[in-house]
Amino acid sequence: MKLYEHLAKEVFAKNGIPTPPGRVAMNPDEVAAVAKEVGAPVAIKAQILAGGRGKAGGIKFADNPEQARAVAKEMFGADLKGFKIDRLLVEKKLKIENELYVGVAVDAAAKQPLLIASASGGMSIEEVPEKDIVKRPVDVTWGLYPYAAREAVQRLGLTGTPAKKVADIMVRLYQIFRAYDAELVEINPLIISAGAGPGQEEVIAADGRLNVDDYALFRHKDLPTTDEGTALEKRVKAIGLAYVELDGDIAVMANGAGMAMATLDILSRYGGRPANFLDAGGGASSEPMAQAIDVLLSTKPTAMLINIFGGITRCDEVAKAILSVKNSRGIPVPLVVRLVGTNEAEGVRLLKEAGISAYRSLDEAAAKVVAAAGGAK
Amino acid sequence: MAIYIDEKTKVLVQGITGNQGAFHAKQMLAYGTRVVAGTSPGKGGQEVEGVPVYDTVEEAVSARGANASIIFVPAAAAKDTIFDAIDNGIKTVVAITEGIPVQDAMEIMAFARAHEAVVIGPNTFGIISPGKCKIGIMPNQIYTPGRVGVVARSGTLSYEIANSLTEAGLGQSTVVGMGGDRVVGLSFINVLKKFQADPDTEAVVLIGEIGGRAEEEAAEYIKGMTKPVVAYLAGKAAPPGKRMGHAGAIIERGRGTFESKVKALEAGGAAVAELPWQVPELLKARLAASKPGGGETAAAKNGNGNGASGGRKKRSRE
Repeated sequence: MKLYEHLAKEVFAKNGIPTPPGRVAMNPDEVAAVAKEVGAPVAIKAQILAGGRGKAGGIKFADNPEQARAVAKEMFGADLKGFKIDRLLVEKKLKIENELYVGVAVDAAAKQPLLIASASGGMSIEEVPEKDIVKRPVDVTWGLYPYAAREAVQRLGLTGTPAKKVADIMVRLYQIFRAYDAELVEINPLIISAGAGPGQEEVIAADGRLNVDDYALFRHKDLPTTDEGTALEKRVKAIGLAYVELDGDIAVMANGAGMAMATLDILSRYGGRPANFLDAGGGASSEPMAQAIDVLLSTKPTAMLINIFGGITRCDEVAKAILSVKNSRGIPVPLVVRLVGTNEAEGVRLLKEAGISAYRSLDEAAAKVVAAAGGAK
Repeated sequence: MAIYIDEKTKVLVQGITGNQGAFHAKQMLAYGTRVVAGTSPGKGGQEVEGVPVYDTVEEAVSARGANASIIFVPAAAAKDTIFDAIDNGIKTVVAITEGIPVQDAMEIMAFARAHEAVVIGPNTFGIISPGKCKIGIMPNQIYTPGRVGVVARSGTLSYEIANSLTEAGLGQSTVVGMGGDRVVGLSFINVLKKFQADPDTEAVVLIGEIGGRAEEEAAEYIKGMTKPVVAYLAGKAAPPGKRMGHAGAIIERGRGTFESKVKALEAGGAAVAELPWQVPELLKARLAASKPGGGETAAAKNGNGNGASGGRKKRSRE
């Protein structure tokens, strides 16, 4: 789960990482009020759960509260990278001397957290050449010690007060990473400003990203939920199945993530265009499967393909799920089922009796459903 | 021989009194796995499918000598349960549990590393050495003993391919499920090294998917392997930025794409199948090519070792 920038910054502030004065506002009047409170000029930042916001016009500036109100009026409700803007973060505009990148991520291959830093902040870390990135693996058992942060900061070429402050922020950022079960926490840019002069430079998190592991949300009930995805994706998630909306017209259900992906690949290979990815799970019982079929039908596909390799999932249960939907609400589109594995004969028999085609071969089933949807596109 | 587990492996089922634990204990026993004990805190003294249940792993290990374990506890309890197994000397832990927080997974792997234990999973279907031992939740009937090693990230897709191997007369030495999560105990390279060293494995099938860099790293190792490798990868049609069911199956910031993995694997010398059912044919071709003059391979001869697949018809496309 991604947190909005303003929420990530609240977490930063609570844990001793300096952030610009300001707060979130939900309407233009509030934007003007915050601008007055913190003192103009201000930055007005759209709160959306996507990166690359600055380039897309999601960050604007205002020299006084009235201008801030006018800017806010234009921003609220506007579409930005597929998101509708419904909240703005209003902050005092910062004087920037230097921009850094600091983050902590999961290094899947090393099975360890990884501290990442760069002296080239303000742009996407992917665009920074590898030689300008400082990486330091962290032993998850012992954590990030200050000496390791000092080494990283030295490699960034920092000295004096900024070096000390950035190292301190790295340690705090790692603690946030652990305490909030983050997949990724990053500050980009981390800003060094002159402050009151040499020795009194200030280091401030100008942006903040905190992605919390979905699997760990059960121990972070206090966090406000920010749900990504389309309405339909949320509805299927609530049933407990994995679902991704795609732009084609053939609805697809399969059991197991790898199998569901392979089914999409095979459909595409035959010129079909899948409408979605739906993993009905390795051992899904007939009830969630029936609900999943309902959701798929609600997307008004031109045809539907159900691909089941029954291991733990029993083919007769799958057939019953399909029949319960057919008998109660009807299935108004061509349906092709591929059914192999445990209790296969029984499942195929049940479907055939109800006039639904069932195949052993996925190859054949894919070709049939593409034809039923009007051929290759 | 087989890798990681064989007929001598003594298995402990942690979480044996739950629905899943009890069901799969029964299935593993039916397969012939030596399931010697189960644990479930507070339920010691009971029996499940004739298997004695203990409160602690300590008791189960000292009474029954278990040396491998399979985990069926909920995600929130998984770290504690796996630590329990490893701390009590179990060297092979198969974590079926789905939804373990990634930071718990990192701690589990650090603990395993310190104790020289192997964690298979989490979010895996398990591991099977056909005819010898099954520690997992895969269907019993689709495997047959033989000389092809299989390593996969995902369950049902590997069932599909294992089944097509069996139907084509290509038996398996061991089938390893690495798990669909981002942080898992084994890498492709760990498993490929074992298969390369295993005298009873003649060729390897690698079943991967989009996301991460595991396949690209495997490709580097495959360059130095003497045994043929055939790969199949899922996710060609997946859009970037979306998690395709598995926590690890996501193209992030242009990395982990299908194209990059295919390119790396082919450069490493692996044959990449475009469709799952092309795997057996490619494998046969590679095996024939790796043995001058050999048409019928040892793997093909040794396949069809049990009756499970004997009666099945081959699919026409094969």
